[in-house]
Amino acid sequence: MPLIEFQDVSKWFPHSTGRQLLRTHITRWFGRVHHQPFYALRNVSFRLEQGESLAIVGSNGAGKSTLLSLAAGLTPPDQGHVRVNGRIAALLELGSGFHPDLTGAENLVLNAALLGLSRRKTNQLFDRIVEFSGIGEFIDDPLRTYSSGMVMRLAFSVAIQCEPDILLIDEILGVGDASFQTKSREALVSFRQAGKSLLFVSHSPGSVREMCDRALWIDHGSVMMDGNANEVLEAYQGRALVQQGI
Amino acid sequence: MMAVLTFIFTKIFARASDTNFPLFVLCGLVPLNFFTLAWVTGTTSVLDNAPLIKRVPVPRQVFPIASVISNCLHLLIQIALLLGIVLVFGRGVNIHWLWLPLIWGLEILFVMGLAFAFSAVNVYVRDTRYVVESTNTVLFWLVPVFYSFALIPARFRGLYEINPVAALVLMMRNVLLENHAPLDSTLIRLAIVSVGMFGAGLFIFGKLKDGFYTRL
Repeated sequence: MPLIEFQDVSKWFPHSTGRQLLRTHITRWFGRVHHQPFYALRNVSFRLEQGESLAIVGSNGAGKSTLLSLAAGLTPPDQGHVRVNGRIAALLELGSGFHPDLTGAENLVLNAALLGLSRRKTNQLFDRIVEFSGIGEFIDDPLRTYSSGMVMRLAFSVAIQCEPDILLIDEILGVGDASFQTKSREALVSFRQAGKSLLFVSHSPGSVREMCDRALWIDHGSVMMDGNANEVLEAYQGRALVQQGI
Repeated sequence: MMAVLTFIFTKIFARASDTNFPLFVLCGLVPLNFFTLAWVTGTTSVLDNAPLIKRVPVPRQVFPIASVISNCLHLLIQIALLLGIVLVFGRGVNIHWLWLPLIWGLEILFVMGLAFAFSAVNVYVRDTRYVVESTNTVLFWLVPVFYSFALIPARFRGLYEINPVAALVLMMRNVLLENHAPLDSTLIRLAIVSVGMFGAGLFIFGKLKDGFYTRL
């Protein structure tokens, strides 16, 4: 049974007319203007099997983040089916689900709860998470005093220690310092060795090659190529060079 | 706020003929304040938490529920103060106080229903919150805070009886000032309206919540 399965998934967004006021709705009802929706994803199909790690590459606005949001269950697709089997931890944006005025420890508990961890399990894992994050004595300080690297380390530590089946990461790994990057790489490698899966969005070819054996290249919402990470990266980079006219 | 109100209605508005007037007004103001605040914060709850909704897969119903419950904390303090003032005014505890949790529970259910419905609609039509705010201003006069039910002409009384906030004010006064249990008919009407509103709110929220992500 695949962990994640996308079947002819399409997702579109209405072209927004600024603030959604009552006026906007009324003029739309009476007006003749029909905006074409903007397709963020168009007929995307792929499967992520147990133990497989998939990188998603593509230029800005290609639909990578939308794809992760659909996998995380934040929004249903407009067409097609998304099936997910297993518990997902999503690291989509730096510090989402964190409250700046709460302490690091309180945010840790809150974040674990958002990932679906029970209070007791969180207490068991608490020390390990704090130790992994390397935040140390600052854990009892409010989050607004943290640097962005510290926030990312805390978020990553909670996500990796709460042992999800699938980890979704949206290019935030670059924030930590060198030692934490090494540590998180090692954690991700052992995460993969434990047979867990990774769905990974990145602009860095180095980390894609390191983390994933498979890659999916999407462009303007459509799948351009799905296959071996090296081959997909080569094609993707070749295309980018062609576009630059080199 | 409570202190200021008590001061105004005991020292400034105090009428020799009616020593209970401050209590009478507070029995109206506490429910009305709770209702207006919970409705407004409930309405904006989904929009205020847009970053969470776009990035964290939690059940969306959490947001209106949380905002109403956080208002309940203030409410508990206000009710405790109100009961304290009742005692200060020399009115003892009576057995009918046991009705209070039930009628407040129904009221909270009603506000939650409203919060579900309006928070969802507010995502699609962003000026919903201004409609709610204006309605609350009107409500201040439509709920018998400064006047009693006895003053309402019989032909308008039907209008008041379907208003759950007015029903709550009436029952608060029944219990705290008149020492008798709320009328069955009022209670049943409030129960039906509250449960109905809660169900309708949940239904509307469920219908609209799939569009939150693209609209926020």
